[in-house]
Amino acid sequence: MSAGFYVIAILIVGSAVAAMSLRNLVHCALSLAVTFAGLALAYLQLQAQFVGFAQVLVYVGAVAILIVFAILLTRGGDSEKEAILSPGWVWGLGIAALVFVVAGGAVVSSKLLPTVQRATPAATVKQIGDQLMTQYILPLEVIGLLLTAALIGAVIIAMRETEGGQ
Amino acid sequence: MTPLAGYLLLSALLFAIGLGGALARRNAIIVLIGIELMLNAANLNFIAFWRYGPNPEALTGILFVLFSIGIAAAEAAVGLAIIIAVYRHYRTTNLDRITSLKG
Amino acid sequence: MDWIVPFLWLIPALPLIAAGAVAVVPKNRKRFAATAAIASMVGSLVLALIAFGHSLARIKGGQSAPEVFNFRWFDLGESALRLGWVLDPLTAVMLVMVCLVGLLIFIYSVGYMAHDDNFTRFFCFLALFASAMLGVIISNNLLLLFICWELVGLTSYLLIGFWFHKPEAAAAAKKAFITTRIGDLAFLLGMVWLNSETGTLLFYDGGRGCLEQGALSALMARATSLGIAASTGIGLLIFAGAVGKSGQLPLHVWLPDAMEGPTPVSALIHAATMVAAGVFLVARVYPLMEASSATLTVITWVGVLTAFFAASIAVAQNDIKRILAYSTVSQLGFMMMGLGVGGVAVGMFHLITHAFFKALLFMGAGSVIHGCHEEQDIRKMGGLKRLMPLTFATYMAGMLALSGFPLLFSGFWSKDEILHAAHGWDGSHGPFYLGLVAAFLTAFYMTRQVCQVFLGEHRARAGGALAAQSPCQPHESPAVMTVPLVVLSFFAVLLGFVGTPAWPWFQQFLKGGVAATDFQHLFSAETLRLIGLSSVIALGGIGTGWWFYGRRPLKVADEVDPVESLRPDIYGVLRNKYYIDEIYEVTFVSLNAWWARACNWLEFWVWSGVARAAGHVVLGLGWVNRAIDEYIVNLGFDRGCEGVTRGGGWFSRLQNGQVQTYLRVIGVALAVLVLLLIWGGRS
Repeated sequence: MSAGFYVIAILIVGSAVAAMSLRNLVHCALSLAVTFAGLALAYLQLQAQFVGFAQVLVYVGAVAILIVFAILLTRGGDSEKEAILSPGWVWGLGIAALVFVVAGGAVVSSKLLPTVQRATPAATVKQIGDQLMTQYILPLEVIGLLLTAALIGAVIIAMRETEGGQ
Repeated sequence: MTPLAGYLLLSALLFAIGLGGALARRNAIIVLIGIELMLNAANLNFIAFWRYGPNPEALTGILFVLFSIGIAAAEAAVGLAIIIAVYRHYRTTNLDRITSLKG
Repeated sequence: MDWIVPFLWLIPALPLIAAGAVAVVPKNRKRFAATAAIASMVGSLVLALIAFGHSLARIKGGQSAPEVFNFRWFDLGESALRLGWVLDPLTAVMLVMVCLVGLLIFIYSVGYMAHDDNFTRFFCFLALFASAMLGVIISNNLLLLFICWELVGLTSYLLIGFWFHKPEAAAAAKKAFITTRIGDLAFLLGMVWLNSETGTLLFYDGGRGCLEQGALSALMARATSLGIAASTGIGLLIFAGAVGKSGQLPLHVWLPDAMEGPTPVSALIHAATMVAAGVFLVARVYPLMEASSATLTVITWVGVLTAFFAASIAVAQNDIKRILAYSTVSQLGFMMMGLGVGGVAVGMFHLITHAFFKALLFMGAGSVIHGCHEEQDIRKMGGLKRLMPLTFATYMAGMLALSGFPLLFSGFWSKDEILHAAHGWDGSHGPFYLGLVAAFLTAFYMTRQVCQVFLGEHRARAGGALAAQSPCQPHESPAVMTVPLVVLSFFAVLLGFVGTPAWPWFQQFLKGGVAATDFQHLFSAETLRLIGLSSVIALGGIGTGWWFYGRRPLKVADEVDPVESLRPDIYGVLRNKYYIDEIYEVTFVSLNAWWARACNWLEFWVWSGVARAAGHVVLGLGWVNRAIDEYIVNLGFDRGCEGVTRGGGWFSRLQNGQVQTYLRVIGVALAVLVLLLIWGGRS
């Protein structure tokens, strides 16, 4: 385990915790962006460069911004004095801890994990593109359709209603 | 601890953090953020397995993650649109107050 | 004239058709009703005369066996029920008598019932009666005879109770029907027994009939558990039927009460025909009765006791019709006695002559009643000799015939035949002496009646307490009523001459032989002695009656009867008919009523009790069912539904509308799933 791994790990975990626990929503969103960036670094370290860049482009560039916009659009409903934790938050944290213990335990105690050290695999863009156009053509098209549907759907849902409903 | 195990633990921790936030915070957008974190943890898991698992030439892990990113984006868009629509109706993003579906 | 035998059924059929036609016309068509009934009787009379002529011709030709026409009515398993009719001298004579007397009475009724509203109904019933009576006469099968016998009883009931709105008439009709029914029950038993013994109910069937030799010897040989032969038992049972129908001693009580009916009914049914049916029945099955001397003895004694008993009662009666009714009972006793001691011819001769003069007497009484404006008490009559001369003359003819006035009147010859036979009977001489006493009493009471009704002064005018109730002047009846009286009086006189000992044509005819005039026989010592004895008795009775009632006729209506003043106690018993009705009332009638009540109780509590209990059980089951349904099924169902609803209520708490709750559940599920997979994989 190299030092880079630990640094990236600390970055990711820290910003994730911050994203989850800050009071100010915008701070949360920005912490989230930092988390995404950290993850991109992790992908780069794992020799999945394309994915890393895609992560930055999509998550940091689109999703995080989107979240910021949503925060900005839904401001004013909550006062600053209100609690940030929902009732029964203990249960929630407990369950999260349980899940971590279970999953971590599974990982640690697993005998099936491969231990063979491999050479760095090559994942060129060309190869990814080839795969996308041949073997994964169908999921690609479906993703396209999905994105179209999501786009239209989001627009419709968020559209301001005219005379009738409001 | 093998690198793979390390990455897996990291992914599990990230997942748990995202889950904890989603379960313990009031604001709907924070819950959405938590969900994004969970998705990212899963992506990290895939890439780790791709890197250290058998048969990395098939690029299965990478492609899966690419699709996952795409879907996550779509999902974030739709989810936020819903939150905005709900906000317009209920004037709040506080999940405690949104109980119309109470049985 | 052979063709008459298969067509003998027309004789009863014609009046039946007339009855049917009259039944459906409206009440005001009186002329149609009378015409239909009388025309049918004329037709039957013509056919009867043809049958009679045919029978005469056959006898002259030397054949004497009865001619039958049998046919199969329906099949019963392997055997068949065969009915038929028979034409023998007995049948022929009865047919002519019934048709002739019936016709005359029908004509008489036109006048008598002229003012009655129910004129058409009367003629319908009369025609139906005539049809049934003729059916009894021609029947060759005991079952067919019984059917017609019952029809005769039914029409008698209908006619006695013709004025049904009078309670006495309705009660009398019921009494007649029930009393004859008792006899009919015995008749039915005898019939069933006969059928079981001989296998057939046909009288004459070419050798196989139940009155023919083969069957009779079988019956005589067969002894029953009581020690009597089957023929005796059957004979006695059938005789019991005749006892009921002909009003013999224990079952005579209905006949006097039957006088409640209109007088033509009394004349036809209770004098000439229906009551004669019992005598006719005994005559018809005489071969069976003859087979056992015990049966004949019983018949004789019952007959003579009835004769004496009824004659004694008649002495003390005051209703003109009632005297004649008891007289009829008495004469029927004579007929039965005649059958018992002397055979068919002796009894039937008296039946024929009696039919004519008794019908004449009844019709004359009817004329008297009609003329005195419905008055029936002889104490309120009197002096009608001058006021109703034609009625008086014909009535005298009838009375002298009944009393047995020597030589000139038919009743003398027929009664003499009976006494002659009784004198020669080897059973006992008791019937002969009792018969003489009864004959004396007959003459006595008839003279009493004639004196009280026709002699002296009309007591309604003479004053006295009873007289004040009867109104105006009596008058002679119209021709439509008096002409039949005249016709009958001729028969009352002349009919005797066909049966005298000098020329016993009638007796020989019935036996199937030809009679020769035999004056030697008439003037033999024994015959002359008996004729002399009978004449003395008859004249003595008439004389005694005249002594008491004729010399000084009653002046006022409520004067005491001379005989009564002589011995009031005996007279009282006689006037109250030996209290027989009262005895029956206290014994049989109350027993019957008690039994009926017991049966009613049984019926209510036991038989219908079972049914009602079953009903209650069903109701109870129904109630239980309902209870189960309501409290168990419904309640169970309701509870179940409530449970489901409550369960649903609990489960709905899972849906609290909080998204994070759902998420938490998913989280837990995730952890559990992973654990399961790991542990599942491990093991």
